[in-house]
Amino acid sequence: MAVLTATGDRSGSRDASRARRRATRVPPVVLAFVLVPLLAEAFWVFWPALQGFYLSLTSWDGVSAPRFIGLGNFQEMLHDAVFRTALLDTVLWLVLFGGLSAVLGLGAALLLQQERRGVGFYRAALFLPVVFSLVATALVWQALYQPDGVINQILGGVGLGGLRHAWLADRSTALYAVIVPALWRQIGYVMVLYVAGLKGIDPVLYEAAKVDGATRWQQFRNVTLPQLRSVNAVVLSVIVIDSLRSFDVVWSLTRGGPYHSSELLSTYMYSTAFQSLRLGYGSALAVVIFVLAFGVIASYLVRAFKEAD
Amino acid sequence: MNALSRRRWATASFHVSAGGLSLLWLLPIVLVLVTSVRSFDDIAAHGLGSLPHSFTLANFGQAWSDGGQQRALINSLLVTVPCVLVTLALAAMAAFALSRYALPLRRTLLLVMLGGNLLPPQILLIPVNKLTELTGLYDSLTALVLVQIGFGVGFYVFVLHGFMRAIPAEIQQAAVIDGASPLQIFWRIILPLARPALAALSALSFTWVFNDLLWAITVLRSDAKMPITAALIGLQGQYVSMWNVIAAGSVIAAAPTVAVFLRFQRHFVAGLNLGAVK
Repeated sequence: MAVLTATGDRSGSRDASRARRRATRVPPVVLAFVLVPLLAEAFWVFWPALQGFYLSLTSWDGVSAPRFIGLGNFQEMLHDAVFRTALLDTVLWLVLFGGLSAVLGLGAALLLQQERRGVGFYRAALFLPVVFSLVATALVWQALYQPDGVINQILGGVGLGGLRHAWLADRSTALYAVIVPALWRQIGYVMVLYVAGLKGIDPVLYEAAKVDGATRWQQFRNVTLPQLRSVNAVVLSVIVIDSLRSFDVVWSLTRGGPYHSSELLSTYMYSTAFQSLRLGYGSALAVVIFVLAFGVIASYLVRAFKEAD
Repeated sequence: MNALSRRRWATASFHVSAGGLSLLWLLPIVLVLVTSVRSFDDIAAHGLGSLPHSFTLANFGQAWSDGGQQRALINSLLVTVPCVLVTLALAAMAAFALSRYALPLRRTLLLVMLGGNLLPPQILLIPVNKLTELTGLYDSLTALVLVQIGFGVGFYVFVLHGFMRAIPAEIQQAAVIDGASPLQIFWRIILPLARPALAALSALSFTWVFNDLLWAITVLRSDAKMPITAALIGLQGQYVSMWNVIAAGSVIAAAPTVAVFLRFQRHFVAGLNLGAVK
């Protein structure tokens, strides 16, 4: 799960930090404080990332030396039907998982922002799945989805027996059946972000809107939404990054099947690399995931950069 | 309708909608708990979705010893605890240096470190897998601890930097005048002041590391080394359609993070929001 922080303008501290800059010189131990973590990250992240980009231009079985083939892997993708499915499913995942978790998370936050008796319990109930691993979440839902499981049982009970289904084994429902557990786990998290955002809105704004005769909807439209802009930016980044990282829940429930119908780029990348042992092509798929995530990462870093000093 | 009855009506509709929503959310959890105490014969006879006709705790024993969950849970803790401690220690050091001293390029360094954490892990999987083979760490818990530290540290540096930067410069200047060394300032002044942030991040990072699957299956191979998440997938394969055992295994796998959440709920939510809204 990605967690990001909002960035706000804080130019007031600038003078203070400039004064500090003149006043202090950097002792060697302080330099070491930065270098040790930086080297750890360089060794396990930056260096492997560079290799990953290079490997995407090679053909490699992991045993003999990688063979440079230029953009060959990317050309192959153009004719790879499974890649097309995985790309489409990933986009669908972004829209459905991302969109619904934002909308429903905001909805839950609007409902549970009020400080009433019992609200702590309700919030905890919605938040509880967030602490489960996606694997455990997946297994819980796998049991619900079974042909003799609760979901089919309930459908039969309310007279919709015709809809009973082997949800995970059917190509037309597998992807959606995998999205639901992911949503179940994500909504509580988005809700927590929005509850904090809603609490940050100055009540005076609502008072003023009420005096002007604004309806509930107008208040939401013209006060709440604009005031949530920075939280929205955080939620958007979290959602895009989490969507593209989604792997565990699909891997535990369907392995991308049946017949690649629930395949995401992340699962296709993993099976290509570690099961088919096509490490070059797998790296190229990873680069595609990176490209999709790049816009969000870059815009987030730009905002963080403006704020960081 | 007078004001009082309108208020009552609002309260009632709040509890109905919020209560219904919570019930819907808790339902899968209740069902897995119920399934975990049913016997196999009961499920076979009445179906997975029926009301329980049996009660047994044997499923937990089976998942715990035959299913290998005991060993897996120990592995998970052997990875998670050192990982959280070392990551936060390293991150606190870097955040201290970057926020309290005029290092050259400090803003760039901070963002480079954060950027590393935002990368999709997929781009790193193959090289990290090969790197662990090259260093002889492949299929060891050490490899998993190290890679999780390397990948996670950037985010914690960024959050702690934001937190430490807000500590007034005067406190540090006073300590410098008193002759305190940077180490003393770090240990005696900044770290204690950063304790709320560290507590929040500990709760958060415990669940992240504990719940990880992708890194584990990338750098580990043998079943005996797998943490609880990967072992749970193994259990799924080992006890196909024995939903009572699988449910018991899921409960065991989720219990530690739920315990952390219930014990440190405030820190947890604070962690997610740390710096999110200022």
